[in-house]
Amino acid sequence: MADKILKELTLKIWRQKDAKSKGGFETYKIHNVSTGSSFLEMLDILNEQLVSENKEPVAFDHDCREGICGTCSLFIDGRAHGPDDDVTTCQLHMRRFEDGATITIEPWRCGAFPVIKDLIVDRSAYDKILQAGGYVSVNTGGVPDGNAIPIPKHKADEAMDAAACIGCGACAATCKNSSAMLFVAAKVSQLALLPQGKAEAARRAKAMVAKMDELGFGNCTNTGACESECPKSVSIEHIARLNREFLKAKFKD
Amino acid sequence: MSNFFTSSIGKKFILSLSGLFLIAFLCVHLTMNLLLILDNSGELYNTGAHFMVTNPVIKIIEPVLAIGFILHIVLASILTLQNRSARPIKYALRNQSGNCEWSSRNMYILGAVILIFLVIHLYNFWWNIKFPTLGNTALNTVTVGGVEMEDTYTLVASLFKSSVIYCVLYILGGIFLGLHLTHGFWSAFQSIGFCNQIWRKRLECLAKIFAFIIAIGFCIIPLYFMLGLAGK
Amino acid sequence: MTELNSKIPAGPLAEKWSNHKAHIGVVSPANKKKLDIIVVGTGLAGGSASASLAELGYNVMAFCYQDSPRRAHSIAAQGGINAAKNYTNDNDSVFRLFYETIKGGDYRAREANVYRLAEVSNNIIDQCVAQGVPFARDYGGLLANRSFGGALVSRTFYARGQTGQQLLLGCYGAMNRQVAKGKVKVYNRHEVLDIVLVDGKARGVIARNLVTGKIERFGAHAVVLATGGYGNVFFLSTNAMGCNGSAAWQAYKRGAMFGNPCFVQIHPTCIPVHGDQQSKLTLMSESLRNDGRVWVPKKIEDAKKLQKGELNPNDIPDEDRDFYLERRYPAFGNLVPRDVASRAAKERCDAGFGVNNTGKAVFLDFKYAIKEMGEDVIRERYGNLFQMYEKITAVDPYHNPMMIYPAIHYSMGGLWVDYNLMTTIPGLYAIGECNFSDHGANRLGASALMQGLADGYFILPYTIGDYLAHEIQTPRIKTNTKEFDEAEKHVTERLRRLYDIKGTKSPDHFHKQLGHIMWEYVGMAREKAGLEKAIKMIADLKAEFYKDLRVTGEFTAMNNELEKAGRVADFLEIADLMARDALNRNESCGGHLRVESMTEEGEAKRDDEHYAYVSVWEYKGENQEPEMHKEPLVFENVKLSQRSYK
Repeated sequence: MADKILKELTLKIWRQKDAKSKGGFETYKIHNVSTGSSFLEMLDILNEQLVSENKEPVAFDHDCREGICGTCSLFIDGRAHGPDDDVTTCQLHMRRFEDGATITIEPWRCGAFPVIKDLIVDRSAYDKILQAGGYVSVNTGGVPDGNAIPIPKHKADEAMDAAACIGCGACAATCKNSSAMLFVAAKVSQLALLPQGKAEAARRAKAMVAKMDELGFGNCTNTGACESECPKSVSIEHIARLNREFLKAKFKD
Repeated sequence: MSNFFTSSIGKKFILSLSGLFLIAFLCVHLTMNLLLILDNSGELYNTGAHFMVTNPVIKIIEPVLAIGFILHIVLASILTLQNRSARPIKYALRNQSGNCEWSSRNMYILGAVILIFLVIHLYNFWWNIKFPTLGNTALNTVTVGGVEMEDTYTLVASLFKSSVIYCVLYILGGIFLGLHLTHGFWSAFQSIGFCNQIWRKRLECLAKIFAFIIAIGFCIIPLYFMLGLAGK
Repeated sequence: MTELNSKIPAGPLAEKWSNHKAHIGVVSPANKKKLDIIVVGTGLAGGSASASLAELGYNVMAFCYQDSPRRAHSIAAQGGINAAKNYTNDNDSVFRLFYETIKGGDYRAREANVYRLAEVSNNIIDQCVAQGVPFARDYGGLLANRSFGGALVSRTFYARGQTGQQLLLGCYGAMNRQVAKGKVKVYNRHEVLDIVLVDGKARGVIARNLVTGKIERFGAHAVVLATGGYGNVFFLSTNAMGCNGSAAWQAYKRGAMFGNPCFVQIHPTCIPVHGDQQSKLTLMSESLRNDGRVWVPKKIEDAKKLQKGELNPNDIPDEDRDFYLERRYPAFGNLVPRDVASRAAKERCDAGFGVNNTGKAVFLDFKYAIKEMGEDVIRERYGNLFQMYEKITAVDPYHNPMMIYPAIHYSMGGLWVDYNLMTTIPGLYAIGECNFSDHGANRLGASALMQGLADGYFILPYTIGDYLAHEIQTPRIKTNTKEFDEAEKHVTERLRRLYDIKGTKSPDHFHKQLGHIMWEYVGMAREKAGLEKAIKMIADLKAEFYKDLRVTGEFTAMNNELEKAGRVADFLEIADLMARDALNRNESCGGHLRVESMTEEGEAKRDDEHYAYVSVWEYKGENQEPEMHKEPLVFENVKLSQRSYK
């Protein structure tokens, strides 16, 4: 764990006052960053520096800083969550960067995720898609015993693979079409694999896809970029299942 | 089925089906083309071509094929337009080389190039066969096995023998088609839902093999004539 | 003086909850539609409560500071959730879960509450399965279990290392269903900054819209706080960056009393601090102690070499390794409760045997488990945790021992609530980590998820009816009244005060300072002199904060610095109360170790004669000493004994 010190980094960061303002890039220099620091800790240092200069710090979304809440969302050097695989921005560490590097940081760019301020975007579109049907309609109480319906291990495992989605938005942000298919597929697939979700599988697939289309996400062209950049490695095989579920549902109508 | 054709997955379903249909057509087309190099006298090819022109099934399929092309092109254009407008502000810096294949990102451009090639190709051959009186090259008739038919072999052979530019153009056409298919083939299956953990690897592999065969197959013909293997 | 009434129902322990339910008030479906409830926080407790209350017919307004309810920090819980299902046939029962939780909490929790928690634990598993939570299963298709610290049975249900996430997404789904039905309205990116009281009852909240910076008013018939814990007082903790105690603290200042503020849990298995640029600590699930063995070198010279980086830990032979947990606690070994494991690690490091360049870490080694079961089994069980570890430290834990160190993780203390989960303010409820109940002085692993969901799904929806049954005549709460005017003015002035200091130091600067004080003097080992010093230092820091704070940006706009400033202002006051409470409790129990109260062997020594009570603090006004009340803890069903895990 021998950490080195990056003596100087140049940061090109998108700054935008609010949703209505026009934004632009600002360039900052930052010194003496430990390679053991996370990318967001590096931004913390920058912000401390900006505050000490009486300037407004860079606004960015972050919360758990352990890669599970899905809040952090930066497009770093042309890649969602930056130059490492299977990580969120908060898990990206500075050892991935060379001393003297210039790092370009942009917000998610996607029509359905408008910028709120600087690097913060509004991802409520994802909430809306799930509200359209990403659940099993059961009330609290009056449910059967947890072991009443056995679920084959491989099904439960596959459902878990899909359920690992953290809703960070990297899939739509990285997709050249701004498609949210991987996100939608993760939920549809998870619930379609489980007996509990089967009852309303058809309704769910139709409603969620309709909402996704309505919100202005693009169409999936199966490039697989989403899967490569997904911090939880959700596979596009789930997109195939979503297609299946959707087509099955539509043909029954 | 309400809103099926306006939904993203519905449109892609049609795009995929038309794509698969065009893939089937390519197989037939390539098989026919290979007759060109199996028999330097041209009799085999002419017989085949004559069969295709006169067969009633093909006559029915021909307009369907045209519709397939048009659907494929129109839907791809609609989808691409929608996709472009889904990101009103572009990234200043993008690095996609690591996360997806070049061909998968450029399907529409590849498609457009293939369309241009297709227009030239139709002008070269289809136009001359369909409308011999309006054509740019005279189409003679030959008699093979007692049947009088168009000498399409000569039409093809003379084009490639006379022009290196056309040969190169057709080779490039084959390569672009192959690239389009490396992604298009498996992507069509993915879009209609025929893909899972096991089949994904198979389909992706099959797509590469298929695209390679199609590209090589279509390139062989101009190469064959260009290199003089069919005689002067 | 306010009278504390815990409202614990009479009767035998096992019948208390069912008797209570049978006798409390119920609101008719027609009347539920007319009643509004505000739920602050959308984690496991808040999310499950919002969903369940809306299903019943109430109109729910749910608030979270995050951009989506799904991001609440419950999502980070890794290991699992306990339930007394006894699926493993290892003689588990509701009573055993109750007993182990009470014992694990070092006999500082209410029997009745804990028994109820154990009773409803089984329903939680059923509920989550029905929602489509993909719990781990065996090849036969039935639910799998794993063991956790402090328990003699395998009763922990899990979904890989992401149990909290899956449970949270389950109740977030249930909540989304109610959003679609119009029964829940979510106010995301809203931070609740005050509770509004009308005629002594909680009738609404004042919130800051974090996007526009505007102060907004919301009225309701009852308010539920599910805002989690205040562990971020320590700056470095396993809590999310945004976790804060502000809403609960404002409730305290409005008259809700605070129970056992000094009880915070220090989790033994976190990734050690790498340096002073560190912003937060990452937890490694306690489940790792199932298969990992904790050790430090036996020889001090080996430790020195390791600290200097001159020795590879893999080169230390087994006979030179001190598996101190197995040595000291042969019965539970590596699976002793968290407080015990944390203290043992600190003891070794303080004695100079710690590793890492800081000397503040111990090894958690999977070499033995991999040898026994193979790498594939370990990968299957902990793959995502190992990956996380490697991403953060750049060390491959399959081939090198992990390094871990204790870190602040959970607050057992919180707003004091009665058996109905109501605070001392009528109509104000506190659920989940936000309240003080259930875990006593130390929480067992996989019990936080259990408590959050128990409160939200199965307890609050019943008990809140008892209060609201008397409110059916109350019309919709109007927010244009003088009480709301006063509260809004109060919030605006408070924020203005911070904004207008125009000093030179950022909120983070003060937060870090506070963290150092807390970790040093109110951390794993506390003593009288240190605590008194801490109280003084906190007061000084507070004074400096109000003199030299700098909040950049605009006042009425999105402003992360202003958000942080408000939170740090509250942390400074919470810290003071924690130190006072720790000073008062001159015994060692659970997560609270008083150096003055230890056995000769260096184990914690509880003092049941003098301290078998909940310390309940009442706010007495700005710069006034708070007043402490006692809620005596009566144990009728378990025998108090010194906890032993030997």
